[in-house]
Amino acid sequence: MITIREIHKSYTNGQNSLHVLKGITLDIEAGEMISIMGPSGSGKSTLLNIFGILDSYDSGEYLLDGKKIHHLNERKAALLRNKMLGFVFQSFNLVSFKNAMENVALPLYYQKVPRRKRNKLALEYLDRLGLKDWAHHLPSELSGGQKQRVAIARALITQPKVILADEPTGALDSVTSQEMMDVLTEINKTGITMIIVTHELDIARRTQKTIRIIDGTIREIVENEGRGTKDERGETKDERHVEARHASPSEEYEKVA
Amino acid sequence: MLEFDTWREIYSTISKNKLRTFLTGFAVAWGIFMLIILLGSGKGLENGVTDQFKGGANNGIWISSGMTSKEYKGLQAGRMIRFTNEDYNLLKESVKGHEYISSRMFLGNTITSYKDEYGSFYLSPCHPDYAKIKEIEMIQGRFLNDLDIRECRKVAAIGEKVKADLFKGTDTVAMGKYININGVLFKVIGVFRDFGRDDSEQRRIYIPISTAQRVFSGQNVISQISMTTGDASVEEVDYMVDQTHNLLAKRHTFDTKDERAVFIWNKSEDYRRFQGLFLGIRLFIWIVGIGTIIAGIVGVSNIMMISVKERTKEIGVRKALGATPLSVISLILREAILITGFAGYVGLVLGIGVLEIISRNLPQIDFFRSPEANFSIAVGATILLIIAGTLAGLFPARKAAMIKPIEALRDE
Repeated sequence: MITIREIHKSYTNGQNSLHVLKGITLDIEAGEMISIMGPSGSGKSTLLNIFGILDSYDSGEYLLDGKKIHHLNERKAALLRNKMLGFVFQSFNLVSFKNAMENVALPLYYQKVPRRKRNKLALEYLDRLGLKDWAHHLPSELSGGQKQRVAIARALITQPKVILADEPTGALDSVTSQEMMDVLTEINKTGITMIIVTHELDIARRTQKTIRIIDGTIREIVENEGRGTKDERGETKDERHVEARHASPSEEYEKVA
Repeated sequence: MLEFDTWREIYSTISKNKLRTFLTGFAVAWGIFMLIILLGSGKGLENGVTDQFKGGANNGIWISSGMTSKEYKGLQAGRMIRFTNEDYNLLKESVKGHEYISSRMFLGNTITSYKDEYGSFYLSPCHPDYAKIKEIEMIQGRFLNDLDIRECRKVAAIGEKVKADLFKGTDTVAMGKYININGVLFKVIGVFRDFGRDDSEQRRIYIPISTAQRVFSGQNVISQISMTTGDASVEEVDYMVDQTHNLLAKRHTFDTKDERAVFIWNKSEDYRRFQGLFLGIRLFIWIVGIGTIIAGIVGVSNIMMISVKERTKEIGVRKALGATPLSVISLILREAILITGFAGYVGLVLGIGVLEIISRNLPQIDFFRSPEANFSIAVGATILLIIAGTLAGLFPARKAAMIKPIEALRDE
């Protein structure tokens, strides 16, 4: 799904130039759920931004689903993001004056989907994430966990190939964090590639692979066992009736947690 | 472009920040309001002055006699000048370029009756040309003609109000009937309409001047001569005025520099002067009005800049979700246009409303009448507003489009 070869990126600030990514080469298969770990300033967020076509790179190659991504103009970049990618941020980044439903529907607005249709779809996705009753609440009326779930619904609504999450559990407590990972794992099971940047080991352990980046280069790639079938307390997730299938929106989806 | 949907987007933004939106729009609304009031007042002034010119052709020259103020060729000052038929003939023959010319007697209000109905109407003996000079409109029959003058016929053209007062009840046909003017019977040959500053012109009776001289005064004295200058240019008219003055000065033996012996009113000159004045006033008003609106636009632009700054994160999110730069520009621009347009509209409506109220409650003042803003001004102002709104939104919109999503979304 994603292929990068010898990616270099520097930030130039007047006289100073900071070489952040020093030749990253990586292959990510479709449907994989990987995490990227590293200390502050290692370049992990920069790498995610490049994946998300939010930033450009200086040299190297980036292929997204076979398509070469290099120096796209703003317009093409926006359209590609809308079609192929979904974002989940640490601080949720919901539009404050829109309610949950409208927030989730926003990507479809940029696909020129008519209002009624996209709102209906938004409600379905909110339902999947157990937030149907909160559809008309503003972000200020939601808890952190709920807000993140709204953000996830928003990321899913365009049926992207890849979801990019930048510290998705950063603003959540430990219990909610684990719940969030449950949600993300379920989504991954439907075939959506997932790349999670995090600095928390617990979170990273719940992905298939962890890529450690230090000082702009990949130091190691660690295979993690399992896909979070057991949480800290040793309970199995089977008891939570998890069923996942990348089905069309009209089919029934059981609630998660 | 999902037209309705986009406006919905903008509306939700605006309704979130009602106070800010209101303050933004206020400056623009005020600007348009002031512009309309100023324009309307200017028009009111113009109307009032134009009113003073009503009741006759604008290219008329009116000559009345006065009193000499200078000693000349042994004759003392303080001499009364009297016009006679000879003066009329002199001017008619010598002043080339005039279109119509007529002399008139001032006989004042005279008791006129028809059967049992009596009335006091202004009697104005004159020449046939006078109808053209005064722009009298015949609604029945005809005005006086040359034959009436030559044969000193006892015929009369009466005003609408005269007919209404004398011919009442079942006997409303005036044409061909005989009315009694000061003891003499005159046949009604026409009914006219003449809108002047008020309806006093409608209470007039015109009879041939030759008849009046024979029947009422027994002399050949006239009170006034008037002429129109047709298509003559400004210089030509001035020349005619000078020529008239000199001819009369020669005939009545007074100094050509004597300003008070004979009064000549060059109506076209006065009219031109006022036109010039009003052009100047209108220009001034537009400059002031546009200046005020510019201040409003700068205000809108300012607030939109702040708005864009505030919404940096939101715009970054939108871009991440798929908003193209064009989409972002469109968003900001439309918000600017919407606010400006709406505020402007409010200002427009209020301005016109206030003018309406003033117009209704205005006492009769000279030189100021019915302040109004005509439709084309309203339309012009609206278009101006839309352009202004676009300009106001341009800079903020560009700024918004240039926001880089990653910078915007950087977690502080």
